[in-house]
Amino acid sequence: MTTTTAPAAARRTRVTASTRTRIKNGPGVWGAYLFLTVAAILWLIPLLWAVYTSLRPKADTDRLGYFSIGGSYGFSNFAQAWTQGGFLTYFGNSAFITIATVVLTLFFASMMAFAVSRFSWRFNVTLLIMFTAGNLLPPQVLATPIFELFKLIQLPYSISDSGSLLNQLVGVVAANTGFQIGFCTFVLSNFMKAIPQELGEAARVDGAGVWTQYWRVIMPLTRPALAALGTLEVIFIYNDYFWPLILIQSGNRLPITTAINNLQGQFLSNYNLLSAGAIITVIPTLVIYLALQRQFVAGLTLGASKG
Amino acid sequence: MTVEAPISAARATRSPAPRRRLRSLTKRDRIVLGVMIGIPTLIQAVLVWIPLLASVALSFFKWDGLQLSGFVFQGLTNYNFVFNQAPAFWPAVLHNIVWLLFLGLIGTPLGLLLAVLLDSKIRGSRIYQTVFFMPVMLSLALIGIIWQLMYSQDNGLINNVLGTAGTPAAIDWFGDSSVNLWAALVAATWRHAGYIMVLYLAGLKGVDPSIKEAASLDGANGRQTFFRVVFPAMAATNVIIVVITVIESLRAFDIVYVINHGTNGLELLSVLVVQYLVGETQVIGIGSAFAVVLLVISLVPIVIYLSRTFRTKE
Repeated sequence: MTTTTAPAAARRTRVTASTRTRIKNGPGVWGAYLFLTVAAILWLIPLLWAVYTSLRPKADTDRLGYFSIGGSYGFSNFAQAWTQGGFLTYFGNSAFITIATVVLTLFFASMMAFAVSRFSWRFNVTLLIMFTAGNLLPPQVLATPIFELFKLIQLPYSISDSGSLLNQLVGVVAANTGFQIGFCTFVLSNFMKAIPQELGEAARVDGAGVWTQYWRVIMPLTRPALAALGTLEVIFIYNDYFWPLILIQSGNRLPITTAINNLQGQFLSNYNLLSAGAIITVIPTLVIYLALQRQFVAGLTLGASKG
Repeated sequence: MTVEAPISAARATRSPAPRRRLRSLTKRDRIVLGVMIGIPTLIQAVLVWIPLLASVALSFFKWDGLQLSGFVFQGLTNYNFVFNQAPAFWPAVLHNIVWLLFLGLIGTPLGLLLAVLLDSKIRGSRIYQTVFFMPVMLSLALIGIIWQLMYSQDNGLINNVLGTAGTPAAIDWFGDSSVNLWAALVAATWRHAGYIMVLYLAGLKGVDPSIKEAASLDGANGRQTFFRVVFPAMAATNVIIVVITVIESLRAFDIVYVINHGTNGLELLSVLVVQYLVGETQVIGIGSAFAVVLLVISLVPIVIYLSRTFRTKE
């Protein structure tokens, strides 16, 4: 990414002058502004509506209706949703699943990407294609066998209280890791291919083995891609709804994204609490987005194969 | 993928040394490399490839899921049930098609339009981008809840703005089976358009600006330049976006499952697989037959994508 943005940026500044005058003179420019502004307002309404609702006490909206101004505003819904909804547990589960999955996925995918992109062997392209294909499938296609497989795997009760991989956070980590490795391998192998081959050669002449080349030479150079991909994967896994839905049966083991579905039932028609809960759920992604927006967008465009 | 073009252009000027052959490696290095290949491949095999084959196999059997000995071969009975008897199958197929057409004809073009407008260096482009991109960060499950607040019959914003809230004319957007698919699609588009916008913004950056200049020097207006020159020049991006749109439509699941577990007007193929897996009447064979139908349809965009990606590259 970093290597490509520089020339693109240079090119753009060159043409800016000519394009800009053309666009400024064009009659369409006001139309463009109007369209974008109206669209942007429409885009913000659902989020702003949720924020607005969450700031009002239920007593006020019961009295005045949700579509109203007045009454008091404050954060009491957030406090109530937090304690009543048991968010701490859900966030803990989300954090465990997300961190473990992303670390494992990037580790395994980078090894595979290194092997297929830096060496040529008989099946390297075939395997890369099969890795990539796996991630493009709808996960529902794999759900039944994975559920049955996890049920069949016998684990000692000292490790797993269900005696199997079902209803265990590590089961969700495993399913997510398996599903994401293909995509990450594909993206990282593209990036590693662009690293000059001479760098590996130089290390080899110095007596470095394969592992040293991977860990000390290629991985440090892959850092921009790992950062972008890591950010993207954190969001993907945090937002994953499907695997916990299938693999977890106890409500208190769900990550937040799957658990909010239950909150909907728990908070019933108390939209004030529900919207506060929804916003609490958004906050981690929003923080990551605002802090690492560039990484996230880079990750998305780096491997647009992701559905 | 979208940035493939600039990357490969940069690569072409360098003429990299040929990749290493395995023969030149020491025995120890070969073992290390074997482990580095073996572990990810094993994970992939156990968690993706074998389950995929198992789905196909299970679709021909009746199995209670309790004992490994309890398989009863069924031939095509499960498929007969899926195609001819399952009440939700054809509605689900129709809904998946509507989903695809809606995203393909409205969501994706909207994303392209946003990208084109925002690429023209207008003031505040970054702010607009941030706004349109925001929903892409949210999970589809959460989007279902946020839109529930908009759509609710008596308390939702839309019915209040329309003035129908509290009256018999108030529409239950997510509950009424004649409109809820469209309501869900609006919510899905809210996210999809921002995603497509980002991909096209990257694609537009990859287009050589000199061809735009040449076109306008030749007297082409903005619209002609875009449709005759810029859009065709983004062929690689366009294919990826078509594939993404198709795959997203086949994967659609979370949002309808959050709304009403994919029933009452929101049936989708992906939901049917899950209903037969987690429901009280767990019928593994039939759920797997639904999964195979979904798999076969999904293979079309996947094969197109893979053949394009790997043909141009190797």
